[in-house]
Amino acid sequence: MDLLHAPWPWYVSGPLIGLIVPALLLVGSKRFDVSMNLQTMCGQLRWRDQSWNLALLVGIFLGGVLVATLLQNPDPVAISEATRQDLALLGITDFTGLVPKEIISFGNLGSAAGLIIMIGGGFLIGFGARYAGGCTSGHAITGLASLQPASLVAMVGFFTGGLVATHILLPLLLAA
Amino acid sequence: MKLRSLFPYLLIGLAFGILATKAEVISWFRIQEMFRFQSFHMYGIIVTAIAVSAVSIQIIRRSGLVAASGERVDIPRMPLSRLGTQYWLGGTIFGLGWALTGACPAPMFALLGNGIGVMVVLIASALAGTYTYGRVRRYLPH
Repeated sequence: MDLLHAPWPWYVSGPLIGLIVPALLLVGSKRFDVSMNLQTMCGQLRWRDQSWNLALLVGIFLGGVLVATLLQNPDPVAISEATRQDLALLGITDFTGLVPKEIISFGNLGSAAGLIIMIGGGFLIGFGARYAGGCTSGHAITGLASLQPASLVAMVGFFTGGLVATHILLPLLLAA
Repeated sequence: MKLRSLFPYLLIGLAFGILATKAEVISWFRIQEMFRFQSFHMYGIIVTAIAVSAVSIQIIRRSGLVAASGERVDIPRMPLSRLGTQYWLGGTIFGLGWALTGACPAPMFALLGNGIGVMVVLIASALAGTYTYGRVRRYLPH
């Protein structure tokens, strides 16, 4: 498989993602925090002030479209064998694509677990990002890189919630 | 803002959308692998992204560079209360959603671009969450 279609290794993609922060600062002194777009769409921030962020969001969507049409990885995501086995125990059999179709799909909206994961999970992301004053891009990348104590506390929270959901909630939901 | 001045942001977003997809950080499978500590992949991305961004911020600050728009480059410090409740509690709520859905705000839109149509349901739910927070925020500890 050629370099463009294969997934990009962490030591290439990580540093390049890190350059998004200075790029936004140098173009217009803007802080990288994608979750602010959710506030704008809810009318909590002014469209005029956030038009740059919405343009960024449109770009993110188009980036996904571009990869899906030109650079798509034909193979399943190469997760570790240990993860594959753990997920198989939760009943996941289809490892193709970026998301598990057995969980994240229109079809699964009919099940209680699917509703809790997709609608409940989505709600928690929108609520939590606002409560914490930022999301992964705002706190984990921009906040930690600018040495903000608040972002370190938020990051500890992200991981606490993530570990609880991974090791307690998901097994409960998927076993039911 | 004039429409033309939005173009650089669209391009930066495009770069991020491509990177996030090719790095697979928008994949539910990769998020599960991360929260199970079974691969260095996600940690490698997070650590190198923070390092590159931290060094860039220091260079920009020390050289006193001004943004192309003419504004002074500045990252405002976020207020931290004594208990920091909003950050650990809000962060934990966010983390629950992140691990359940394998997505967060930017990945939802990148995944939609990748043809995962059900992301519209997740985006609508996230909007409902943000709206609800706005309605109840005065009753919450911060």
